[in-house]
Amino acid sequence: MHARNIRHGVIGAAGAVLLALGVAGPPTQAMPREQGSASAPEGDIEHGKELFMTIGCYACHGIEGQGGFGGPKLGPDPMAFPAFVRYVRAPGGTMPPYTEKLLPDEQDLADIHAYLRARSGPAPLSVLPPP
Amino acid sequence: MGESKNRSETPASKTRSTPGAVARRDFMKSAAVAGAALATPAGVAGAEPTARSRTAARVGAVPIVTQRAETTPPSSDPVLTQDTSGSDFMIDVMKSLDIPYVFANAAATFRGLQESVINYGGNSNPEFITCVHEEQSAAMAHGYFKVEGKPAAIMAHSVVGLQHASMAIYNAFVDRVPIYVMLGNIMDVRMRITTDQWYHSVQDPAVMVRDYIKWDDEPVSLQHFAESAVRAYQIAMTPPIGPVVLTVDAEMAERPIPEADQGRLSIPKLVRPTPPQGNRAAVREVARLLVEAENPVVMAGGTLTRTQEGRRAYLELRDILGSPRASTAQADVIFAIEVGDLYGRLYRARDLIHRTWTRTANPDATVITLGLQHLNHKANYQNFYRYTEADLAISGDGETTLPLLIEEVRRVITPARRRVFEERAAESAAAAARGRERARAAATVAWGASPISVQRLGAEIWRQIRTEDWSQVMIGIGVPTSLWNFDTHYRSIGSWGGGGMGYGPPASVGAALANKKYGRFSVAIQGDGDFMYSPGALWTAAHHQIPLLMVMHNNRAYHQELMHIQRMGNRRNRGIDRAHIGTALDDPAIDYATLARSMGWYAEGPIENPNDLEPALARAKAVVKRGEPALVDVVTQPR
Repeated sequence: MHARNIRHGVIGAAGAVLLALGVAGPPTQAMPREQGSASAPEGDIEHGKELFMTIGCYACHGIEGQGGFGGPKLGPDPMAFPAFVRYVRAPGGTMPPYTEKLLPDEQDLADIHAYLRARSGPAPLSVLPPP
Repeated sequence: MGESKNRSETPASKTRSTPGAVARRDFMKSAAVAGAALATPAGVAGAEPTARSRTAARVGAVPIVTQRAETTPPSSDPVLTQDTSGSDFMIDVMKSLDIPYVFANAAATFRGLQESVINYGGNSNPEFITCVHEEQSAAMAHGYFKVEGKPAAIMAHSVVGLQHASMAIYNAFVDRVPIYVMLGNIMDVRMRITTDQWYHSVQDPAVMVRDYIKWDDEPVSLQHFAESAVRAYQIAMTPPIGPVVLTVDAEMAERPIPEADQGRLSIPKLVRPTPPQGNRAAVREVARLLVEAENPVVMAGGTLTRTQEGRRAYLELRDILGSPRASTAQADVIFAIEVGDLYGRLYRARDLIHRTWTRTANPDATVITLGLQHLNHKANYQNFYRYTEADLAISGDGETTLPLLIEEVRRVITPARRRVFEERAAESAAAAARGRERARAAATVAWGASPISVQRLGAEIWRQIRTEDWSQVMIGIGVPTSLWNFDTHYRSIGSWGGGGMGYGPPASVGAALANKKYGRFSVAIQGDGDFMYSPGALWTAAHHQIPLLMVMHNNRAYHQELMHIQRMGNRRNRGIDRAHIGTALDDPAIDYATLARSMGWYAEGPIENPNDLEPALARAKAVVKRGEPALVDVVTQPR
C-alpha cells in the first residue's frame, strides 16, 4: 500500500511545479474521497505520477495531463472516477485499452486519478506574449 | 506572331566548335591512358603507354585504372578544348524559363551541365546550390516552390541519384508541387568506358518515378531538348501541377554543338495554358446553394491557400457568406475546395475526418467538391483516397474558379440574405474572439513543466517572431500555433505531402532561401526523428548563408510509432513496458546543437529548463537577423 498523508488542497502551485520539473517532489501525498456519486477513492499522488509516466499516459496527455495533439486534457479536473475507470478499461478512439489483466489493481487507477486532480491549473495569462 | 518572334537563337547555338574538339569517349580514353601511366612501375612512369595498356584502359579491365580515370584531373592536352557545348545551350534554355536555382549533389553524369551553370551561365538563374544528398535536393526544391510559387531544378545521376531523390519527389507529387528534375545519363553504350559508367547508366531512368511525376522525356538532340524542356515546364505548371523529369544525355551535354545545329537551334516560347476553370452553370448552382444554406461549411486545402491570390479569394468568399463556422454535423451544404486528403474523405457515409477531430457529417448535407482530383490519372500509388460521393463535383482549379463563384454569389444575394450573413459575421467574430481566449488559456497549462510542454514551446517561439515578417517553413507536429497570426499565404507552407521522412531540414532550407530575398524571418519547428534523416541540409544553409531559425521539437522518440506500439501491446494484453524498443531516440541522447555547430550553425541546447527557453530563442533570433542560420535544441514533452 502507498502512504497517503496529505489531503487534497494542501498541494500548492509550487509543489505542482516541482513535481512537473521532476526536481524534488513533495512528500508522498494523498487525495481525499470526493463526495457524491462521482466520488473518487483516496489516491497516492506520487505513485499515481509514477504510473502515469511508466504505463505511458504522459505520452499522449502530457506529463501534467494538460492534453495536446495526442490526447485530451485530463487534469486538474479529470472525469468522475467511475467513468474514468470505465474509459481506461475500454476506451474509444485510438487510446490503448488498459484491461484488468494489465492493470489489475483499481487502486492504481485511483492513484492516477489523484495525480491528475493534484495538477496545478494554468499559469496566469500574463506569462504569454501579446497577441 | 511569326516564328522568328516565338523563337530565339541563343549565344551558345551561334558559336562554332573548334575542329578536333573531343567527346567523352576520347577524353576518357586519354584520362585512362594517364591513369595507366600512373599505374606503371616507378622508373617508367613517363614512358609512352603501350597499345596493350590503352586497350586495357578502354575496356575497363583494370579497376584501379578506371577509378583513376574518374578521379584524375582533366589532361592539359591542348587538343582537349572546345568552343561550344551542348550544355551551354541547355543553360540558355533554362534561363529562358527563368529557373532560379539548381539544387544538386555533384555527379559525373551531369558534369557538363554543372560546368555550364557555373561558368557559361555565370552561376545565376540558375544558381547552383550545393546539396549533400539528392533527396535533400528534391526537398529543397519542394520547400522553395511552396514559398516562391516557381519551380526550381534539381540535377541528379540517372540511377543512384534518382534512387536517392525518389522519395522526396513522391512527397512533392502528393503535395502538388512542381520540381524540375534533370537527370544525367550516358545513353550510347560506346561512351560507357568505365565500369561505373555501366552500372550508372539506365535505359529508361524515369520509369523509377513515373508513377508520381506528371511527365518525362529523354531528348536525343539539342533542339529536342529545347522543346521538351519548355514543354516540361509548361506541364509542370499547368494545374494540377506536379514534378517533371528530363533525362539529359551526358554526351549531348558535353560535346560541342553539332555542326548541323549551329546557328539553327532555337528556344520555343513558353506558352502558359489557361488553368481549368469550373463550368459556369455548375458554379452558378454552387452560388445558389451557398447563399440559400443556413449552415454552410466552406473548407479549403493547402493547395488553394498556398498562393496569395488563392487565399485571398477563399477568404473573400467566406467573408461574403458571413464567415460561416458551422460544424459538418450541423451543415446543410458542405463545399470542399482542393481539400486533398479531407476532400477525398467525404466518401459514401460522408464521415468527415478532420486532422485533429472526428466528426460525422450531416448525412443529408449537400456535398460539393471543387478541384482537380479527377484529373490526377495515376493508378499505382493510392493518394486518391476514398471515392467522393458528392452531389456536385466540379473539375476546376480552385484559384481560377473562385473569382467566378464570388461573382455569382454576389449576383444572387438578396438584401434579406445579406442581413443573415451580417448577423452570421457578428456571431462568427464573437466566436473567433472566444476561441482566441481559449487558445491563450490552453497555452498556459504546464507552463513550468520540464521537459518543456509543446504549448509553451509554441508560445515562446511566437514571442520571438510576432514582430517579424515571419514564415513558418516546417510545422512541428503537436506544437500548438493557435496564438500565431497566420495572416498571409507564406506564414505557413504546410508539411511533407507524402509523409516521407527527412523532408523538414531540406524543405526548410529551400523555403528559407526563397524567403531570403524578401527579408522574411524563416522559422522551422523541427522534429528529431525527421531531422535525423537529413541533417546534412544544415551544411547547405550555412554554406549558402541562408537565414533560418530551426527549433528542435526534441522528444527523443519516434513518438507516433511509440503510440502505435503502445496500442498494439495493450490490444494484445502484453502491456507497453517494452514499447520504447525501436521507438526511442535516446541513450545516447543526440546533441543537436553540437551537430549543428559542426556544420557552421550557431546553436544552443539542449534546453530543458523552460525558463532558459526565451533567452536562448532571443539570442538565436539575433543571429538569424544577421543573415545566418541558428538552431535551438529544446527537450520537449512528446506531443
